[in-house]
Amino acid sequence: MSRRISAGRIGTSVVRFNFDGKQLEGREGDSLAAALLANDTLLVGRSFKYHRPRGVLALGSEEPNALVTVGSNGSQTPNTRATTQELYDGLCAVSQNRFPSLKFDLLSINDRLSRFLTAGFYYKTFMWPKSFWESVYEPMIRRAAGLGRLSEVEDEAHYDKGFLHCDRLVIGGGLSGIESALTAAKEGKQVILCEEFSRLGGVALFESAPLTQIDSLVAELEANANIRVMKRTTVQGAYDHGVYSAVTLNTDHLAQPQAKAPRQTLWRIYSKEAVLATGAHERMIAFDNNDRPGVMLSSAVRGYLNYYGVLAGDSCVVFGCHDDARKTVVDLKAAGAQVVWVDTRASHQSVDGVESFTNAKVVNTRGRHRLTGVEIEQQGRRFWINCEALAVAGGWNPRIQLACHQGGRPIWSAETGGFVPGTKLPPGMQVVGSAAGEHLEGNWEPVWDVSVKGAAFVDPQNDVTVKDIKLAHQEGYISVEHLKRYTTLGMATDQGKNANALGIGVLSQHSGESIESVGTTLFRPPYTPVAIGALAGRARGKDFKPTRLTPSHEFATRRGAAFVTVGNWLRASYFPLVGETHWRESVDREALTVRQAVGVCDVTTLGKIDVQGRDAAEFLNRVYANGFLKLPIGKTRYGLMLREDGIVFDDGTAARLAENHFVVTTTTANAVSVYRHMEFVHQCLAPDLDVHLISTTEAWAQFAVAGPKSRELVQRVVDLDISNEAFGFMACAETQLIDGTPARLFRISFSGELAYELAVPTRFGNSLMEALLDVGKDLGAVPYGTEALGVLRIEKGHAAGNELDGRTTALNLGLGQMVAQTKDSIGRVLANRTELADSTLRLVGFRSEEQILTGSWLVPNGAPAEQAHTLGWVSSACYSPNLGCYIAIGFIRDAQQHMDTQMRAVSLLDGADVKVQVVSPHFVDPEGERLRV
Amino acid sequence: MLINHPLLGPRDAQEFVYKGDASLLHRPDAMAEDALERFTEYAYLRDNPAGEHRELWYHEQGDRSWLVVTRNTLTHEILDVRLASEVAL
Amino acid sequence: MDYSIFRVIKEALNNHKGWGPAWRTPTPKPHYDIVIVGGGGHGLATAFYLASRYGLRNIAVLEKGWLGGGNVGRNTTIVRSNYMLPGNEPFYELSMKLWEGLEQELNYNAMVSQRGVLNLCHSDAQRDAFRKRGNAMLLQGADAELLDAEGVRKLYPYLNFDDARFPIMGGLLQRRGGTVRHDAVAWGYARAADQLGVDIIQNCEVLDFRIENGQVSGLETSRGFIGANKVGTAVAGSSSRLLSKAGLRLPIESHVLQAFVSEGLKPVIPGVITFGAGHFYLSQSDKGGLVFGGDIDGYNTYAQRGNMPVVEDVCEGAMGLMPMLGRARMLRSWGGIMDMSMDGSPFIDRTDIKGLYFNGGWCYGGFKATPASGLCFAHLLATGTSHEVAAQMRLDRFARGAMIDEKGQGAQPNLH
Repeated sequence: MSRRISAGRIGTSVVRFNFDGKQLEGREGDSLAAALLANDTLLVGRSFKYHRPRGVLALGSEEPNALVTVGSNGSQTPNTRATTQELYDGLCAVSQNRFPSLKFDLLSINDRLSRFLTAGFYYKTFMWPKSFWESVYEPMIRRAAGLGRLSEVEDEAHYDKGFLHCDRLVIGGGLSGIESALTAAKEGKQVILCEEFSRLGGVALFESAPLTQIDSLVAELEANANIRVMKRTTVQGAYDHGVYSAVTLNTDHLAQPQAKAPRQTLWRIYSKEAVLATGAHERMIAFDNNDRPGVMLSSAVRGYLNYYGVLAGDSCVVFGCHDDARKTVVDLKAAGAQVVWVDTRASHQSVDGVESFTNAKVVNTRGRHRLTGVEIEQQGRRFWINCEALAVAGGWNPRIQLACHQGGRPIWSAETGGFVPGTKLPPGMQVVGSAAGEHLEGNWEPVWDVSVKGAAFVDPQNDVTVKDIKLAHQEGYISVEHLKRYTTLGMATDQGKNANALGIGVLSQHSGESIESVGTTLFRPPYTPVAIGALAGRARGKDFKPTRLTPSHEFATRRGAAFVTVGNWLRASYFPLVGETHWRESVDREALTVRQAVGVCDVTTLGKIDVQGRDAAEFLNRVYANGFLKLPIGKTRYGLMLREDGIVFDDGTAARLAENHFVVTTTTANAVSVYRHMEFVHQCLAPDLDVHLISTTEAWAQFAVAGPKSRELVQRVVDLDISNEAFGFMACAETQLIDGTPARLFRISFSGELAYELAVPTRFGNSLMEALLDVGKDLGAVPYGTEALGVLRIEKGHAAGNELDGRTTALNLGLGQMVAQTKDSIGRVLANRTELADSTLRLVGFRSEEQILTGSWLVPNGAPAEQAHTLGWVSSACYSPNLGCYIAIGFIRDAQQHMDTQMRAVSLLDGADVKVQVVSPHFVDPEGERLRV
Repeated sequence: MLINHPLLGPRDAQEFVYKGDASLLHRPDAMAEDALERFTEYAYLRDNPAGEHRELWYHEQGDRSWLVVTRNTLTHEILDVRLASEVAL
Repeated sequence: MDYSIFRVIKEALNNHKGWGPAWRTPTPKPHYDIVIVGGGGHGLATAFYLASRYGLRNIAVLEKGWLGGGNVGRNTTIVRSNYMLPGNEPFYELSMKLWEGLEQELNYNAMVSQRGVLNLCHSDAQRDAFRKRGNAMLLQGADAELLDAEGVRKLYPYLNFDDARFPIMGGLLQRRGGTVRHDAVAWGYARAADQLGVDIIQNCEVLDFRIENGQVSGLETSRGFIGANKVGTAVAGSSSRLLSKAGLRLPIESHVLQAFVSEGLKPVIPGVITFGAGHFYLSQSDKGGLVFGGDIDGYNTYAQRGNMPVVEDVCEGAMGLMPMLGRARMLRSWGGIMDMSMDGSPFIDRTDIKGLYFNGGWCYGGFKATPASGLCFAHLLATGTSHEVAAQMRLDRFARGAMIDEKGQGAQPNLH
């Protein structure tokens, strides 16, 4: 049976689609809802709680009932509104929230039990027996809850983001919006106009009057070079300072989207002014069983007829409290339907051939999966009449949400019978047209609840009835906020577009409080639901964050290195040789080779900051806890940096290349935050100092060359005398390689061996790494990665990130003496707070024959593994190939007393309880002789 | 949110990193007798007003300047922006 | 007026005529022994425990709006006791135990659902840090398990294990953690406190403190002066605003935390899961909506709303973790005001003004603390001494250098 009686405004091109397994035909330009109605498919869904049969209620995105799932697998999109889904050839949609089928839904039993399932019933029960909530009740509730289903397969679509700037953002492409856009464009302003629908024209498209005026304005608009028209684009949020978010649907209406075309685009629009021209949408009246398929908003009935050419029924009742109902009556009559007009008001301008009942109301409906009749009450008398469709005109809700996104509350306008924007609008925004309450046909009287039994649905999707509202009020949930949360009114996918105004009206009617004093809940973005994929954009998979590659990445890849992610960096963690099958083999070998011969490691990722200026030394003296004023030119010094609260922030080195030129290093993790901090000290605390800072982390590739043969190796590549006499421990120099490549050389050591760090401009890094290993072959040079780097520094007892955990002080690290007390430096004062200064926690070493796990806690022998007995924790651990046993470093209190004693490193998570010996953390060469060779 | 950078014009706040109250500009005398008390107050106590707030923003993704921004914490309206180095001098 | 299935059935058959208001609307008395300022979760819980555990009856809760209308009404409902430091963990573990018995204690179904909280880790270093924290949890009497990637896959097979920028290495699981229905907590405590005689005075804003000779004597409110021997404030988000009226400055900045809910979906996320390589956490409510969030916006604000960068950041985290979420839609965003403290940990303490007590600094973690916060604040108000598990939550801890800094970020609230 077809309800399509004309081409409407969409033409006659046929399109095939599938709904719940049934092949159907629609027209190009249809919404899925229109096509379903044209095919007389009225039953399209089931309500959330009671699983009542539901049909299409509205025309647009405010639709609460007709939610379907479109697509499958990687394109399965649940909770799609049939009213906004444009039809395309081959579209496949299924209904939701029903089992086993839409017609026979087992959970419709909930409807029979509705008296027990009133609002808030679950707060009063499900408490006994105690274990049943999680094992029985909640799983049942969860299975019944929700609407559509995700496929659990990766979303196959791509999404994109864009940024736009304009002088005026016009939100809404109806008459008011078009006029505003043209006015601004003629003043020379750059205009963006966003329209949710696929076509401009707004409410005029859905009226019977010819579109000549609109069409000519649209033509003018599209021809104007100052106006960017964005259709299928919904402005979703009004954010601070004229920033708006908007989403364009690019491919959801296409049968065959271009491969890789972004499904949707998220726009950030920066605009000095905004004009909200979003119009208004109609609302329902509350009467018993007002939710049957076939009951629709009057303007929707009219719209389906005039735009889509679909007649809601051969026999229609129009029920309203508003003049606007007359338009529906007229259009239905002209389309050949039998029409009855029920009006709550005392009189109205009648329509020829239409039976009218004034001072009357519809109080009930009948029919199971579709409407078959309505009950009318007029002056105490009640009677039923048959009909196929009921069009309800309950008044207008201006679409004001965006105007209230910045905390402004709407105000009730008794004249228009709707909520209009208040005085507190987002700066730069004005509201025009029916969104502001204008042009809404007058002669309205407030009609909220005319139900007899209270089985009148106020929030259709969440099944909130008049009875629920009354019960909530009776139980003391009287504020509109409590009402919303207790009953879930306004919390469905339409976010109260259908429910809120009606609910407030019903509450006002029954409590006696005026609508003004009832008030509203807050409006929040997004205006309509937005795909999470669209908000994420291109940051998918490997592109979630950038990958930073070191200069020697290519070398490492060719050498078959294993890589580790450190922040956003990819660093070589070890370089397995052919035949090595376990990482320990490679790492142990690399660590041994460094201490016995020489190894090369890419340390580019450590932060590098160039500090220049007459006051450079003074500046470093302020940011480091130890002194730098007297650092000789050509020397490097370890630098301890505290936070202002006295806790250790970072450590590194500062090398004085010239009187007014230092190069500072930081840990990899803190490269950015140290630089930020230094700029803070300079610009905010000491702007009078003549110093300039530049981050050079990415400008220089830097390699550690470490081991007893490191001098030999480095001497082969640098054009500088690096004998111990000429270039002693901690020396530094700006120099060059033997081929003239500029270079910087620092004699510093993280491993505790004789070592250098050699830096060249980044673009030469990869080839330098190659060259060093090539030239060092006869010396036994190997590349080493972060794992061996870690083993070496733990063997030496150097603190690193794990020890600098943001809670430890210089004192805890055994570096208390480094904090100079006679000069001002960041953190010195607060480091002297009592509990910090009195702390007995110290960095120590641990040795064991068994593996010690990082993250273990230390407990004395014989004591139970409980917090009260813990002495400290293990911060870094490894196997030491140089010592032939397991070692670790960590912190314990009363360290002095415990030195050389035994205790246990316990990891309850792993069931590990390991005997350890407490020793100095400097396992290898504690006197530092090898450094000075 | 947009910050009107004194040199670069309006920039999206996303380019910046926020530190906190601009009272951090007034670092106490570290060598004074009551330094510990003054520094504790400086580092930890805040007015945290619901209204006009002077605060420090760092243009990390831009020109790396520190700015003193006067902004209303109830409405987010920004009333003034200037270079911290000029305020601190 | 008991709640039970029998009552529900009886009233259903009686047209619900027997349900009365869940709490009274009393007229404020001129004087109370103890007045709690703040009718949110913590304030109502405090009043309940003062009455139920300490037998005090002459108590009022003053709420400037409608009870439960603040942060307790708009949070992501997660409960857990997976903190590391001894200044925190015993407190949160006490809270967890109170959650486990709450419904019975209040005779209100708060839907305590211990479905597990899983923190994912994506690197060795992160796993080591989780091991340290998980062990600390076990040492302090809570429950914890360290899972490897396979263990995570068994629980959540559809996470992005293959194409991820930061592949999942494993996770720290607290099985007893989960979610609780937030509105029910406020309403449950309110109803129970009211039944014990506590006066809950709504629409009553505190305008000023009356302090005489360094001692609080009462409150000037929008409904007149109310005298009190002791005043306890529990208005996190607005702590500074309120206590500045008493001349106090606090180590707190007010920040917005945005949170989000999706359209209702059939069950897909069984527990609570947090992403370790970005700021993102997720669970699914019993109504089917995905509840998720991430980081604070990062600037001082009382506006209760945030901006787009965080919205996008959170969704990038969502897609990085579970690319199937692309087709789920964000339905609503909301924002509250957080008391972000200088070390990320809270305060339950007396102030320098006699009779004036302070509960605040909860950052974005106040909801899970509700029962223990109420109990410990009640203990302090009733006995004048700190409860054992809240003993370190002092205002003066910064002066002493005794910070409780889980994240190790120092004196910058927006880093916690």
